Amino acid sequence: MRHHLILRVVSKMLIPFIMLFGLYVQFHGDFGPGGGFQAGVIFAAAFILYALVFGDDQARKVVPDKALILLVPLGLLIYALTGFAGILLGGKFLDYDVLSSDPTHGQHLGILVIELGVGITVAAVMISIFRAYAGRTKAIDKEDW
Amino acid sequence: MNFILPHLPVLQVAIPLIAAPVCVLFTFGGHRKLAWLFTLAISWVCFLIAVALLSRVLLDTDISYAIGNWPPPFGIEYRVDPINAFVLLIISGISAIALPFARLSVEKEIETDRHILFYTSYLLCLTGLLGVTITGDAFNIFVFLEISSLSTYVLIATGVRQNRRALTAAYNYLILGTIGATFFVIGIGLLYMVTGTLNIGDLAERLQPLSDNRVVHAAFAFIVIGMGLKLALFPMHVWLPNAYTYAPSLVTVFLAATSTKVSVYVLLRFLFTAFGPSYDFVTLTFEFVLLPLAIVAMFAGSLTAIFQTNAKRLFAYSSVAQLGYMMLGVSLSNIPGLMATILHIFNHALMKGALFMALGCVMYRLGTVSLGSMKGLSRSMPWTMGALILGGLSLIGVPGTVGFISKWHLILGTLEAGYWPIAILIVGSSLLAVIYIWKIVEVAYLEKGINREEIVKEAPISMLAPLWVLVILNFYFGIDADLTTWVARNVAETFLGAGA
Amino acid sequence: MIDALISHYNYWLIIILMMLGLYVVVSRGNLVKKIVGLNIFQTSVFLLYISLGKVTGGTAPILTGKPEAFSNPLPHVLILTAIVVGIATTSLGLALVVRIRESYGTIEEDDILIAERSEDASKINGGSG
Repeated sequence: MRHHLILRVVSKMLIPFIMLFGLYVQFHGDFGPGGGFQAGVIFAAAFILYALVFGDDQARKVVPDKALILLVPLGLLIYALTGFAGILLGGKFLDYDVLSSDPTHGQHLGILVIELGVGITVAAVMISIFRAYAGRTKAIDKEDW
Repeated sequence: MNFILPHLPVLQVAIPLIAAPVCVLFTFGGHRKLAWLFTLAISWVCFLIAVALLSRVLLDTDISYAIGNWPPPFGIEYRVDPINAFVLLIISGISAIALPFARLSVEKEIETDRHILFYTSYLLCLTGLLGVTITGDAFNIFVFLEISSLSTYVLIATGVRQNRRALTAAYNYLILGTIGATFFVIGIGLLYMVTGTLNIGDLAERLQPLSDNRVVHAAFAFIVIGMGLKLALFPMHVWLPNAYTYAPSLVTVFLAATSTKVSVYVLLRFLFTAFGPSYDFVTLTFEFVLLPLAIVAMFAGSLTAIFQTNAKRLFAYSSVAQLGYMMLGVSLSNIPGLMATILHIFNHALMKGALFMALGCVMYRLGTVSLGSMKGLSRSMPWTMGALILGGLSLIGVPGTVGFISKWHLILGTLEAGYWPIAILIVGSSLLAVIYIWKIVEVAYLEKGINREEIVKEAPISMLAPLWVLVILNFYFGIDADLTTWVARNVAETFLGAGA
Repeated sequence: MIDALISHYNYWLIIILMMLGLYVVVSRGNLVKKIVGLNIFQTSVFLLYISLGKVTGGTAPILTGKPEAFSNPLPHVLILTAIVVGIATTSLGLALVVRIRESYGTIEEDDILIAERSEDASKINGGSG
């Protein structure tokens, strides 16, 4: 992709904003449209764009495969442990009311943590899926572009 | 302990669910044996929870658990009553017995670097099946169904090391399974459209005045077809033989014993709890759709089984026939008929578990389960072949085995419904089972052994022990069926009582 | 009659989309096209759910303090889950197609069947099962 100067420059400029937008969708999810699923996909899109423009090998240096194997279960664990926290604090599984002294605040905290877990897992899964396919075919030769 | 007890319904699902991501973490360091031990431990924990739930439900009352403390019908409710506690016990019990068998079998049949992810998929599959069974929320059933199905496709595809056809088998199952699940979810959507609820108990109440509504009829049809695809009701069984044949042995044992049973359970739940046999469109479906299809399945499955040359495929077709027996019991919709279905869900899990596990032992030693390669095998593997034949006797329904108990009740059911010709057909299709079991006896016991390159030894004890536990259970519950018939009667009476 | 057709136009469109998807799954022999059909089929169900959550004159269910009519958000949430399931199914299906292509060298159902048949035939002739 060395020849595609415009692509490289434009995507380099875009990637931080895509990530920022992902974070916005993630954390603004309880006031407006948004949430972990959408944010995770947007966040993963930034990494996928990077891999498309700068190559799969380069992208693997940014986020190694090992990190993905750690992040996919991590998000799920955050989700499940929040559920168990509800039990330990005297409520039901996934009961957010007991997470804080004030039920409204508890609901707020609960959904924030849950969506964070969802976001992490979704982003990591999307990148993994992309890699699973991208790693299977040879990179296109420079001459064939 | 008292602190944990009220949370048992959710722990039944949440423990294997949280175990799956933990299992992935074993890839750091590649602790394959630890991953297996971990899966084994989780299975046994699930089994103990299921035992506790069943005993509580049978001795006390039904349990309702509100996830997130949102009261039903608004939130997701986990509802445990005798029937699903019984199915939970079957799923977790088979898993607990099959996993000691798993280690050597998986080592032999699956690529080494996939073992940990294999056990992760297995745990997810277990989560999905337990979740489908325990939840009282219609959409939640779909979500868990897809968790179990997606992990099942992965598990089947891991059979690729033995035969590349595992890939096409998994692909075909994926296409048909997804169509089935989507049909199911269309049905749920239509029900939500007219009733505004997803809770099955609430659904049953709100459907009472709507029995002439066409949307309800359409929803019913979609749910029956969707679940029919998932449970391999003839003629929607085409995915099953290949999936069972080319999956790794452990997966075949687990799937044959549990996954279609869970779909039968979901169908029962909708037919009897949500809709109920008091509606005309339900009884008409029983009489003109399920009954003929069940009888055709009994014969088509058994007849096709006779002509198979691969033992796994032979028993896969026999499963199609056995599912026919279960659906026949449902379609009779009287107490002995339903009892036969519920008994057969349990009994068939025991016998197919034992049969496929015996074939897993053969696979471990020979690397193939074609009948041609099993010639004279009874001399080198007497214990495995003995278990295979005893399991086969149970499949035929010889008195003293579990197979007899369920067929006995099925015949009682047909006589009570006044369908005596069907009773004769049941005996007739059992005779077909004699033929295909005899084929195996002939090959393994009567033919001369073929010259093999190396001497075949008996399967290792860690594989034989679980196999014989299942075989002994086949006979134990065949002789002393009080417990199982008591549960089955309990369930059948609730189902028909609630519908009347 | 015409009124019934027009006032329920969303359902007609969904039914057409559903049948198209199912037809593609059944009629195409190409494994990737089958998955495309499956996706169209699933999408029609997503639309079914979303359109039944619509309340005439309702807005997005975000509390603003003013009394307003809200669309039913529950079907949307359900479909969010179903979309995720759909993505998982699609990616798993495509992964299987990649593996099938690697071992069979084709993604046409007919060619795969021919390959499997000739495999069976050579096994029977070879004598070893």
